[in-house]
Amino acid sequence: MTTHTFKPDMPPPRKSVGAVAWMRANLFSNWLNTLLTLFAIYLVWLIVPPLLSWTIFDANWVGTTRADCTKEGACWVFIQQRFGQFMYGFYPSELRWRVDVTVWLAIIGVAPLFINKFPRKAFYGIGFLIIYPLVAFWLLHGGLGLENVATSKWGGLMLTLVIATVGIAGALPLGIVLALGRRSNMPAIRVVCVTFIEFWRGVPLITVLFMSSVMLPLFLPEGMSFDKLLRALIGVILFQSAYVAEVVRGGLQAIPKGQYEAAAAMGLGYWRSMGLVILPQALKMVIPGIVNTFIALFKDTSLVIIIGLFDLLNSVKQAAADPAWLGMATEGYVFAALVFWIFCFGMSRYSMHLERKLDTGHKR
Amino acid sequence: MSEAIKQPVSPEGIIQMQGVNKWYGQFHVLKDINLNVKQGERIVLCGPSGSGKSTTIRCLNRLEEHQQGRIIVDGVELTNDLKQIEAIRREVGMVFQHFNLFPHLTILQNCTLAPMWVRKMPKRKAEEIAMHYLERVRIPEQAHKYPGQLSGGQQQRVAIARALCMKPKIMLFDEPTSALDPEMVKEVLDTMIGLAEDGMTMLCVTHEMGFARTVANRVIFMDKGEIVEQAPPNDFFDNPQSDRTKLFLSQILH
Repeated sequence: MTTHTFKPDMPPPRKSVGAVAWMRANLFSNWLNTLLTLFAIYLVWLIVPPLLSWTIFDANWVGTTRADCTKEGACWVFIQQRFGQFMYGFYPSELRWRVDVTVWLAIIGVAPLFINKFPRKAFYGIGFLIIYPLVAFWLLHGGLGLENVATSKWGGLMLTLVIATVGIAGALPLGIVLALGRRSNMPAIRVVCVTFIEFWRGVPLITVLFMSSVMLPLFLPEGMSFDKLLRALIGVILFQSAYVAEVVRGGLQAIPKGQYEAAAAMGLGYWRSMGLVILPQALKMVIPGIVNTFIALFKDTSLVIIIGLFDLLNSVKQAAADPAWLGMATEGYVFAALVFWIFCFGMSRYSMHLERKLDTGHKR
Repeated sequence: MSEAIKQPVSPEGIIQMQGVNKWYGQFHVLKDINLNVKQGERIVLCGPSGSGKSTTIRCLNRLEEHQQGRIIVDGVELTNDLKQIEAIRREVGMVFQHFNLFPHLTILQNCTLAPMWVRKMPKRKAEEIAMHYLERVRIPEQAHKYPGQLSGGQQQRVAIARALCMKPKIMLFDEPTSALDPEMVKEVLDTMIGLAEDGMTMLCVTHEMGFARTVANRVIFMDKGEIVEQAPPNDFFDNPQSDRTKLFLSQILH
């Protein structure tokens, strides 16, 4: 009998190394690529230096009034002076600590959920989700010993965050329920869910907000009214839940039939099959789509201008219209864009992190 | 809600199918199936594809609905009542062709899920039982891995262990080795033979005729939705009665 000896593993073939070789391969491999590279360098030279000098080198960083902005570049003094308005809107200055406390409580409260070893995480998470909104509402709105701040005074980034978080927290569960309903075996439930989804997907958000603030009061009995912000929040939740529902339905449809059957054959009923087997897999699969919806939601919050609420972008617009700061619109919009970008990019990075963390390597 | 209505298990058998008919639209998949299975009996169902053998066993735990006739499993009649269905599913374990392990849970969690949520067993107890059965299928060392990290044969053994963790009275196997690489078929069949030796009531749809010969008490041959012939394995293989059976055997035994 002969014994077979296996060949030893060999290192993979090595191509050219070093920066020059890399550039030759990727930037100057033929005359067309060389031309494109040179053109790209020209574009960078055209755009970047003026941008840097406007935003940083020639910018005005210190001062208190428009008159202090003597240099060519951006007048960041405007942002500094109106920072409070951008963050809090018309929330009374002496009460703004309450908004700060709300934000800090959110950060401190959520932190344990990111610690892997934290005991009883699910229990804590549910408790946090129940208690925090109550505390946040109490702090922001007042009552029970705190001075009342009407929601018409809320504004700036704070309002943006309130609408976005309430919208996300409301639209996700409602969207999941709608997605399950749309795939239900019971015709009545299916019809209700399909109608709901198709209705809300069919109307623009602007119309929803406009209807909620202009049309709805016409149908309510005389003297009855409820808060403008609350109406906007309900509108946003219903609107976005329809989108979330369709994203989640995509995930549900991607789960192989065998998973449903295996769960059923074990005697898990409908809700336990969904909650323990199907949804954990389906939601994980559609994280990119859900986050996509939420990023869109975050940016759509600016549409509340239509009903006279001033979120971050609209606060900036309003401040730029101040005669004392005429001509500062560009700085304001750049600042607003930067803040929006930071939050949206954060969400995007977090979703990527979540996908990696939840990956159990079961790609088939 | 009320408990499932249970009658004493008839001496006829732990599974009784009486005049069961089923259609997919116009297509008549099960034609007047009558089948009694006694406790501890091991049945192999075979037949060409589309003959209704998988549908038959899937009717026993209501993965498929029958439209006519009666099915009584462990003294509980299958009706549209969810209580009845769930009562039966608790007592009937099932192993699928494509394993159908839950990819987002570890092997151990796959095994403890149903005992904890259906049988309301405390976690520690459920894990003890799970480890016991994982040892029986000889892969306790994989307990904390995910299904995607295991080979097909290992996954199918986990699927068997997962079903056993519910301590079922009946096990259904739906072509358990058909999706496996040839070199892994034996490890799964060995596990099933071990189960048979312990006296489990088993219904197995398979094309593994060697397994049928060694393990089955009775081989059932189905074609076009009907039970064509049933006999103890030696009679079935050595002395088939119908032409259809002879043809089928000549095709698969070469």
